[in-house]
Amino acid sequence: MSKTENNQANGKNDGDFSVIFAALGDSTRLALFDRLSDGKPRSISVLSDDADMTRQAVTKHLRVLEAAGLVQNHRMGRESHYAFCPDQLKQARAYLDHVAGRWDSALMRLKTFVEGDDG
Amino acid sequence: MSNTIEKSIEIKAPRARVWRALTSHTEFGTWFGLAIDAPFEVGKVSTGKITIEGFTHVPWHSTIKAMEEPAYFAYTWHPYAVDPDVDYSGEPETLVEFWLEEGDGQTSVRVRETGFDNLPAHRVAEALRANTHGWASQLENIKKHVEN
Repeated sequence: MSKTENNQANGKNDGDFSVIFAALGDSTRLALFDRLSDGKPRSISVLSDDADMTRQAVTKHLRVLEAAGLVQNHRMGRESHYAFCPDQLKQARAYLDHVAGRWDSALMRLKTFVEGDDG
Repeated sequence: MSNTIEKSIEIKAPRARVWRALTSHTEFGTWFGLAIDAPFEVGKVSTGKITIEGFTHVPWHSTIKAMEEPAYFAYTWHPYAVDPDVDYSGEPETLVEFWLEEGDGQTSVRVRETGFDNLPAHRVAEALRANTHGWASQLENIKKHVEN
């Protein structure tokens, strides 16, 4: 098994948020991810029927999501099932929330500064 | 999840007043907690440092991208470039944009920061660890400054 395959199989990317943001920065992948976000695992055939795409196209996008640790692949008999994997997303969201909170503070300081002056 | 942060606030002041608070380097420095070396100039790098105690080693280094009076101001920077031993200059930057709109004697300020998908992962993790306390105390300092 190559290193890449191994990483994908682990569903981990060592906290690489840039990979997460890039993986979700594509409307097709975002739609697939959204489809899986109810927590129910789905096969590639079900996902490609839903998305009206070829299995190959769906597989390619799912692998990107998997490499970012956003979904996990479970083998069930002859079929691969993909399931939502929330941990990486939680961390990435925590980061964005943190930066957003910083802007909340900065804007509040701007407001206090402007409204508080007499000139 | 969007790779964009967008925030807005209503300020009870004319747009020209808010514009000055954003684009005058001394006024920007006052509410942001910075000593900025020179007036902002489009296309030029703005330098300075944080004035908050405990963070004075942190440089302010940003490139002014646009100053379209009275409505649009933009710059790029390295978010959370707080380690004095690290040279951040080769890393991608995020873009910060401000839009000002006037109405009913108030000014609405919208800020958007984009480009997080380009940031190296270790920097993101480090920012999360390092910064919570910094910004909280910074807020307190500025409040004190404005209220006194």
